Amino acid sequence: MTKARVATVWLDGCSGCHMSFLDMDEQLIELAGLIDLVYSPLVDVKAFPAEVDVTLVEGAVSSEEDLHKIRMIRERTTVLVSLGDCAVTGNVPAMRNLFPVKSLLRRAYEENAAQPVAALSNDVLPKLLERVRPVHEVVTVDVYVPGCPPPANVILNTVRAILSGQPAQAAVNSRFGM
Amino acid sequence: MSVLQEVKTLTINGREASARGDETILEIAREHGIFVPTLCHLHGLSPVGGCRLCLVEVEGANRLLPACTTRVGEGMVIRTDSDRLKGYRRMILELFLSERNHTCSVCVSNGYCELQSLSRDAGITHVRVPYRYQRYTVDASHELFVADQNRCIMCTRCVRVCEEVEGAHTWDVQGRGIEARLISDMNESWGDSDSCTSCGKCVQVCPTGALSEKGKSVAEMSKRKQFLPYLTLMRDKWK
Repeated sequence: MTKARVATVWLDGCSGCHMSFLDMDEQLIELAGLIDLVYSPLVDVKAFPAEVDVTLVEGAVSSEEDLHKIRMIRERTTVLVSLGDCAVTGNVPAMRNLFPVKSLLRRAYEENAAQPVAALSNDVLPKLLERVRPVHEVVTVDVYVPGCPPPANVILNTVRAILSGQPAQAAVNSRFGM
Repeated sequence: MSVLQEVKTLTINGREASARGDETILEIAREHGIFVPTLCHLHGLSPVGGCRLCLVEVEGANRLLPACTTRVGEGMVIRTDSDRLKGYRRMILELFLSERNHTCSVCVSNGYCELQSLSRDAGITHVRVPYRYQRYTVDASHELFVADQNRCIMCTRCVRVCEEVEGAHTWDVQGRGIEARLISDMNESWGDSDSCTSCGKCVQVCPTGALSEKGKSVAEMSKRKQFLPYLTLMRDKWK
């Protein structure tokens, strides 16, 4: 049996969903028998490859870079999974949507900084979008897994369902928040 | 025997049932173990039919009827669980989630919130409408409690418990439609309210994290609503 090509990505989130993924513990061994992890913060691959079967997306779409990445990932992925509240709802990253980006950057990099940097005229920082957005507002999402973070067994059951061709959304029984 | 106390026979989800004429569709549904979701309704407070989650189909009616404010009638044929109703309920819950800032993961009522649990029960996995991201006030001026309008769904349970049970009428509603919001006294800080008795009933009946006890952190604010039916029962008994 050929293994499924699976990727995970980390956009604007805290990596908690990836931690929850690792919380599968010994079941990771079973999963390793089913999948090739072709791209992930957990492995040392620099570029997102072509023809990925399943991509788990943690985090909201917050910057120009996120937007570019998620569009490219969508093109190269068969089943795109919105993993966790940041990807599904915007969650904590989206709390900044109540403030204009300018005042946000000023507060973070000038007013509250011990060594202020000119964030507004800086071309090193990825340009922030005016509003943080859930993944499905930007690209088509196939499966939604809410939760902050989604429990490890929910992630495992979702991946199993996708790989076995069952209706994956039905395997998700997590909710917004914890 | 008054007309309202006459026994009515009806059909609910294909089951035959009988009820007193002064009972509502919601009451008869719950007596028969039929779950109808509600947010503004709370046993012990007057029903207002505001949240529209309890809408049901009644044969012959040209519109959907709120179960909490509609009295049973002779020969009524009621459906509470059609796909159409489930679709509307999901849409209502999604609109609640998109209207203000319900960030469950950092809310005091995470794990105890009725909006959160009803959304899960309704199978909501994501919100299909854009979030509004409007700014709302947080009033922490009261010595014991906090009012966070970001989490408020305008169910008005607090308004009703304060007026009908505590008799203080500290809370009320200002504005209309999407501009409606909760105010204390004449739109003053809660902490400056002369009418508030600090009884905390509003906090305990609030379905979300909008009203909470001071000092509670994320996922610590469980509510105790059990007092209400007993309180109203005893009050009616000694009237």
